[in-house]
Amino acid sequence: MTKKTILVACGAGIATSTVVNEALKNLCKEHKIDVNLIQCKITEVSSLADGADLLVSTTIANKEYPFPVINARAFLTGIGIEEVKQRILAELVK
Amino acid sequence: MNMDMMDEAFILIGVEGESKEDILTRMAENLVKLGVVKESYIAAVIEREQAYPTGLPTGGCSVAIPHTDIEHVNRKAISIGVLKQPVRFGIMGEEEETTPVELVFMLAMDQKHSQLKLLTRLMQVIQDQSMLRALSKETSPASIKELMNTVLQFEAQGGPLT
Repeated sequence: MTKKTILVACGAGIATSTVVNEALKNLCKEHKIDVNLIQCKITEVSSLADGADLLVSTTIANKEYPFPVINARAFLTGIGIEEVKQRILAELVK
Repeated sequence: MNMDMMDEAFILIGVEGESKEDILTRMAENLVKLGVVKESYIAAVIEREQAYPTGLPTGGCSVAIPHTDIEHVNRKAISIGVLKQPVRFGIMGEEEETTPVELVFMLAMDQKHSQLKLLTRLMQVIQDQSMLRALSKETSPASIKELMNTVLQFEAQGGPLT
């Protein structure tokens, strides 16, 4: 399995993506998955798209990307968190 | 947590407004007056909220966590607004859906990637329905500050915030 790159985005690239980034770091550690996490603003996603495998974002991703996009609001509110974790893990073990 | 980050002067109770823009303006103007953020923060936080909404339905009392880029901030702070009437904010990550927000946590952050502990604990507050309910019913800034400090200091692992 090759090491996957996840883009972790929010509007400002400083607040909610920080929380999600940490949660993903822990999730991957827990499941012993080696990943490359890149925290960014949603507007920076296009320029970072090369080599990325997944976008996990708390904001709307209006554009089409060549990789799946998963909404990360659950990491903030706790609502539906297990399902989102499972979806992310499923992408990572592909 | 650093006591300066949540001064009683940053806590506003009975904030009134017709729109999210009204609420954001009132709260941001207060921070400008106190020298926490620059004048430019007001327009920047409103613009950011319009482009990337921060409303969060929590299963009970909805909250919003408006914030913007670090260049508009003089020093880091959290401002809490208890709204007199719920005001609709866009839901984070949704195109058009809104949620009736009762509590606003306005963040003034002065560094990138450095507020992890604080943000993580703030999310714990947001996930705690009884805490949100208690905050929305408080009638004095002093008691809100006390409630928040209790949670932010002791509830999470990792020791007090620095």
